[in-house]
Amino acid sequence: MKDIRFEGIGKAFPTRGGRDFVALADVSLTVAEREFVAVVGPSGSGKTTLMRMAAGLDHPTSGQVTVGGKRVTAPGPDRAVVFQQFALFPWKTVRENIAFGLRCQGAPRARQDEVVARYLKLMSMEGTEDRYPHQLSGGMQQRVAIARSYAIEPDVLLMDEPFGALDAQTRTVMQEELVRLTRREPRTTLFITHAVEEAVYLSDRVVVLARDPGRLREIVDVAAIRRSEGWDSMPIDAVMDLPSFTHLRTHVWRLLRDQIRPDD
Amino acid sequence: MARLNPLERWALTLLGTIGFFAIWHGLAVSALLPRNTLPSPGAVLATAWQLTVEPFAGHTLPQHLAASLGRFGMGFGLAALVGVPLGLAMGRWRLLDDIVSPVFEMLRFVAPLAWVPFAALWFGTGIGGPVMVIFAGAFPPCLINAYRGAKLVEPRIVEAAQVLGASGLRIMAEVLLPGSLPSIVAGLRVSAGLAWQSLIGAELIVASAGIGYVMVQAQSNLAPAIVMAGMLAVGVIGLTLDVALRRTEALVKARWGQA
Repeated sequence: MKDIRFEGIGKAFPTRGGRDFVALADVSLTVAEREFVAVVGPSGSGKTTLMRMAAGLDHPTSGQVTVGGKRVTAPGPDRAVVFQQFALFPWKTVRENIAFGLRCQGAPRARQDEVVARYLKLMSMEGTEDRYPHQLSGGMQQRVAIARSYAIEPDVLLMDEPFGALDAQTRTVMQEELVRLTRREPRTTLFITHAVEEAVYLSDRVVVLARDPGRLREIVDVAAIRRSEGWDSMPIDAVMDLPSFTHLRTHVWRLLRDQIRPDD
Repeated sequence: MARLNPLERWALTLLGTIGFFAIWHGLAVSALLPRNTLPSPGAVLATAWQLTVEPFAGHTLPQHLAASLGRFGMGFGLAALVGVPLGLAMGRWRLLDDIVSPVFEMLRFVAPLAWVPFAALWFGTGIGGPVMVIFAGAFPPCLINAYRGAKLVEPRIVEAAQVLGASGLRIMAEVLLPGSLPSIVAGLRVSAGLAWQSLIGAELIVASAGIGYVMVQAQSNLAPAIVMAGMLAVGVIGLTLDVALRRTEALVKARWGQA
């Protein structure tokens, strides 16, 4: 397993006026091995940019990102990404989508089949392997996307608002399933979201960003409370009613609220 | 105008065709044009029929057409084989786009016919020369449509393939190609039309067989009915090709459109 280190990350774009627009300024953050870190922040705080940098899809203008001690310069199969809009291959079946990364690695057919079967079962999607993405609901599509990422057994999982496009009920189910999957197969995870409850429920730590320029505001520890209160053995709605949960949620919410402008 | 039902549309098509042949026949029998310069449709059809059994310029009409279709297939196939992958790669890699685009944008305005003398000099009058002329006609739409198609593929899907460890070649074959298939097929249809049109130019330089060769020979033998029989054959085969490709295009769109 690998960790993710953001070291003094800055990102600036030249603008037409001549002055640079600073999207991120001096962000340093470490996601430890097997740790689940959620990043929340108002729009424009650069949270998605952070994730894309760890993926190697975007590059900082100052500082560096390392994964497992190696500087990130390009995408690689040690870091899987789950996108908000699923980004499944529409012309491939569920089976072909999940097996794609393994095929890229040249895994034998038997191994591909075994992994596909395992994740279909974990995601309670048996029987859908020959369907195409457009024949599935949004929640099912995102399950396939998550399975596709887990299938390559990446050291690092990067999720960019993966449940943002789902309806409220599906979202709750998916959150519960992700917790189940994460506790069962913990991986170093960076989870981008704008939903505060989701961040607190899923993660070990919640990173709150501020904007103009995008920067670190506060890091809220959740893991200690979750363990002592035994959240993982409870259903999601029960957790969200606990005073320990609402306390943390309100704390994170306040850190965000004073940054939100009427036009958001 | 009210929408027409299929029967009415067929009737109009028939009316247009009959009208065309009637005007042609009228012109041929009138004294408006110099004698022996415009054969009547009946004479052309009779000549065409005769040519299917009686050799002209060494071969029968079907044999000439087979030779032409072979050249067409090679030129068009080569254009697709080179143009589609190059177009996809240009749509994906900016660097390649910057290198190839200026030259391509200039060369594509040169009519295929202009390449005829060079094609003969460089590749001979056997297989190479004519195929190169057809290639010159067929290549641009293959490349342009693959390029546009690749540009329109959802960037997220390409990124998803990248982060799953796909190589550049795999991204082209498994993401860009299927992602731009409707656009590519539309390009291939245009390309096939242009390839077939370039055929006459391509066969100006051949000395054995081909529908263009027939027309050139008939021209120098002052046999207008044979020239027109050749034109008729070119038109009918062109139409057939286009209808077949249109069907394919509709099929691909229906299959891919829902995805």
